[in-house]
Amino acid sequence: MFATKSIADDLAGSPTIKGRSLWADARARFFRNRAAVAGLIVLLAVGTFAIVGPFIAPWNNEDIDWTVLGNVADGGRPSFETGHWFGTDALGRDLFARTVQGTQISLLVGIVGALISVVVGTLYGAIAGYFGGRIDNVMMRIVDILMSIPYMFVLILLLVVFGRSLLMLFVGIGLISWLDMARIARGQTLTLKGKAFIEAARATGVRPFTIILRHIIPNLLGVVIVYATLLVPSMIIYESFISFLGLGVQEPLTSWGALINDGAAEMTNGTLWMLAWPLFFFVITLFGFFFVGDGLRDALDPKDR
Amino acid sequence: MFVYILKRLLVAIPVLLILIVFTFVLMYAAPGSPFASERGVPPAVLANLQAQYGLDQPFHVQIWRYLVALLTEFDFGPSFIYRDQDVNSLIAQGFPVTLTYGFWSFVVAVLVGGALGILAAVRHNTWLDYLAVGVSIGAQVLPNFVLAPILVLTFTLWLGWLPGGGWQGGQWQFVVLPVIALSTSFMASIARISRASMLEVLTSNYIRTARAKGLPMRHVIFRHALKPALLPVISYLGPAFVGMITGSVVIDIYFSTGGIGQFFVASALNRDYGVMMGITILLGALTIFFNLLVDVLYAWIDPKIRY
Amino acid sequence: MAKTGVLCTTALLTLALIQPAWAQETHPVTGEPLAADQTFKYRMLDQFPSIDPQLIEETVGGHLARQLFEGLLTQNADGTLRPGVAEEWSSEDNQTWTFKLREDARWSNGDPVTAQDFVFAWQRAADPATASEYAWYVELSQITNAASVIAGEADPSELGVRAVDDQTLEVTLAQPLPYFPQMTVHYTFMPTHQPTVEAHGAAWTNPANIVSNGAYVLEDMATNEFIRLAQNPEYWGADDVIITEITGYVINDANQALTRFQAGEFDMMDDLPAGSYPRLEAEMPDVAHSVPRLCSYYYTVNHTESGHEALQDVRVRTALSYMINRDVITDQVLQAGQAPAYSFTHWATADFELPEIDYSLWSQEQRMEKAMALMQEAGYGPDNPIELDLIYNTSENHKQIATVISQMWRPLGVTTKLSNFEWQSYLEIRGNQNFDIARSAWCGDYNEASTFLDLLTTRNANNDGKYSNEKVDQLMLDSVTMSDPQPIYSEVEKILAEDMAILPIYHYTQNFVLDPTIRNWPTQNVENNWYVRDIYRVAAD
Repeated sequence: MFATKSIADDLAGSPTIKGRSLWADARARFFRNRAAVAGLIVLLAVGTFAIVGPFIAPWNNEDIDWTVLGNVADGGRPSFETGHWFGTDALGRDLFARTVQGTQISLLVGIVGALISVVVGTLYGAIAGYFGGRIDNVMMRIVDILMSIPYMFVLILLLVVFGRSLLMLFVGIGLISWLDMARIARGQTLTLKGKAFIEAARATGVRPFTIILRHIIPNLLGVVIVYATLLVPSMIIYESFISFLGLGVQEPLTSWGALINDGAAEMTNGTLWMLAWPLFFFVITLFGFFFVGDGLRDALDPKDR
Repeated sequence: MFVYILKRLLVAIPVLLILIVFTFVLMYAAPGSPFASERGVPPAVLANLQAQYGLDQPFHVQIWRYLVALLTEFDFGPSFIYRDQDVNSLIAQGFPVTLTYGFWSFVVAVLVGGALGILAAVRHNTWLDYLAVGVSIGAQVLPNFVLAPILVLTFTLWLGWLPGGGWQGGQWQFVVLPVIALSTSFMASIARISRASMLEVLTSNYIRTARAKGLPMRHVIFRHALKPALLPVISYLGPAFVGMITGSVVIDIYFSTGGIGQFFVASALNRDYGVMMGITILLGALTIFFNLLVDVLYAWIDPKIRY
Repeated sequence: MAKTGVLCTTALLTLALIQPAWAQETHPVTGEPLAADQTFKYRMLDQFPSIDPQLIEETVGGHLARQLFEGLLTQNADGTLRPGVAEEWSSEDNQTWTFKLREDARWSNGDPVTAQDFVFAWQRAADPATASEYAWYVELSQITNAASVIAGEADPSELGVRAVDDQTLEVTLAQPLPYFPQMTVHYTFMPTHQPTVEAHGAAWTNPANIVSNGAYVLEDMATNEFIRLAQNPEYWGADDVIITEITGYVINDANQALTRFQAGEFDMMDDLPAGSYPRLEAEMPDVAHSVPRLCSYYYTVNHTESGHEALQDVRVRTALSYMINRDVITDQVLQAGQAPAYSFTHWATADFELPEIDYSLWSQEQRMEKAMALMQEAGYGPDNPIELDLIYNTSENHKQIATVISQMWRPLGVTTKLSNFEWQSYLEIRGNQNFDIARSAWCGDYNEASTFLDLLTTRNANNDGKYSNEKVDQLMLDSVTMSDPQPIYSEVEKILAEDMAILPIYHYTQNFVLDPTIRNWPTQNVENNWYVRDIYRVAAD
């Protein structure tokens, strides 16, 4: 019953208004979605936290509070008096400063990874799917080969051969992240290809790349955005996995993954804040990305026009 | 279709060959040696180790020997670290384990995730939708290396219901926790993808038509909407499969299940060239096979795709 | 078929015979009530690469070897020597050693253990064809021709070990070595059963094939999961063995292992999670243990051209060492009873006397003051900072210590770049001197100071910092032939401290949790050699 009603509402609620651009339209729809707006606010707040945090933190991310070291379970509690608002980590370093700094790294890794994936993966997949035949075959076999290489091994090699650095992390994650997206984009393109509007465009002599950019990719956006919102967290989770294996960013730098990993290791030592703070930011950020992604999907979906 | 499958399988052979060569090259580019040890190995012993494993040969001889042994005898060669065992026996021990918990995780992820996603889409913007979205996001954001210890703390230490690890030939009580830990995030992903695509399908013209004809909702969903809505989910199955194999690293580390996931990272870290090659080929073949399966499934569901 | 039947019956009979040992329900010596369940389960950090005594190269396999095989000599709970397969051993000149083997020693298939088995095993260890990564140990033991056999220049049969008769083994050394008997405790020198090795090749250690001579036999194993050992009825001392079954579980993750230990899944684990010891000790004082362990944790300084030029200056090295507040590391970071180190040799090493090292007696303030002055003298300081590359291999403890030390060095104007590598890369980088400072540790291979100090001689393959001092080389050379080399060791330590050849940090303890019903655990054994045949489980009250 509910469903019927809501679909009817949907249909009634989206009249086609000529003369408004897709983006203005989308923006309006996006802001009508309360969950999406809430998600956006959370993301903005986390972003502000990452940018402003270093200026207000009384400690920096690498100084050890010698008075706390060795007695972290007691002295390292979150407290306003000591200036450790989030408490300290197992070594007596300020967790607020470290969370701020970890947030910067994780957001960067997530966004850069997803960006590479969206740009490279979508284009690649759309091209492969659209041209089909031998091109598709070659392009997707390349993806197959790349995907059948254990990516951890590639990353380990990269991090080992070129040394561990943030740049290497980006390169490593970027190398891998677009593959899934290419697959999905291709799969969707294959279905789109048979659609009448594409055939019409082709019949009227529109150049293939124009078709891909103008007609295919906008129609992929729904799935691409949903998948990209899944990707930011999975990039962040990849990063944390790499940290888990001991190949993440080098100390004293940290990331959510590294902080959560460290916190989880201390789970039974009565210092739950070490897990709670980074996990809290991690979770709300991912929730934020998901809601914003969903909101964008609803707003951008060209089929609703 | 048959010809297509045959063609794909034929293509798989050069793909695997390229993969083998590529991995071989990467392997040799990596610094470190499987025989490095804190107690510096005497040069003569090192030379013998190298000779024993054929590492003293030029690159093309090594790879040729490897390929010949692989293709003629299906022999993956010796392990460079586990010197009492060869790669075939290591894989024979570990692979069934990975396959077992991987299979169940896959089943759980697809069935529960799919059901959750479709339910949420059908009940779009209701409390059920929000709940399903909330649960699936919650499930997805918890890294499995946090989930795994929480599961063990809860079910092993506090409740005492299940063993905290081990495999013991795959008795059910040893399988439960690994499956939960491995499937959760994929279940959540599938739920979200199927929800999104179901929503998209539900707003498409032919569904509107079907609705307009007055067909009952249940009928519309199962007869008309389900198949196209599953397409993106099917696209995701390939990556999910690879993701699960990668995720098995965490499972094997935390639950000591003895699967091949353990080797996946350990062999690269230990420079166990033999195991690394064996695992790479195994995973490569599996991925190719699985992607073919996904494509066939895709074509079967979407009749517009012709090969 | 019939033969197998007979064997089985014999095994059953023997089992029946040894039954009374523990079925009497009190310990034969102490009279403690024994538990009905005499199994022992423990956690293994990793899958062991091998349990072939000549191929083992790490501790997990080493522990298993001590249960499965028995060498010439074994150790008592306090680490002192006790007869194993050899009942007596003697030497007139510390250079030719004669071992008298017991007649009732048997392999698990019933064959007698003879001197020939040892000759086979030892030649096998040195034989380049075996390609044992522990071949260096044979060389270290100074057995005649060991080096040339390992180098492939001499036939393995030329190794200085000979079976005079079935019960007499004669070992000839290239130079006198008073502690040679201690060295025979090591797994590399355990015997192997020639017919089995020759019949099955690399697969001889499979549960179906293996023949061993220790108190236990291999029953079952699954790679990366578990290993199970059962009592060996053929073992000469089987009557005194109380624990009937040993299971080792491979659990990589320390926290996971600890949770499972607390859930009662097994009886013993070491390699506890970083920072967990204080809590465990407070909560379960009868379960958590900390005992000295013969390993030293130190930072290797790169003395070569590839290291930072400032490190060539003894004043800089000294300043760096002085700034390390070892008490903070042992009492506030590790918190598990480790001892601050100012010497390379572990304080608990047998007969070793710690020399008086000045700065070990100072207060940390004094050291810091001195360090600042030295640094200034050397022309460095906050206005002329140094950046050092500190490498360590992946581990929570190493990371914490590196972080803390890098903070301690900051007042000197030293910024530290922490570089974390996984083990194989780390070894290569350290072995190629691509670092300024490298986290290092060394564990004694036998209980004698030279096992540490030899490392810092010029030609030692493991001297990764390439420290070189002719005087040290000469002293260590002299020490070999001395009847009492201890004063020399003390002198070497003094030189090392003056040169600040390495930066000593702490001396290890072995930290572990042990189910309190398990008794007679060898807590006094600084080499962490435990023999399950000596332990037993008492009935819980």
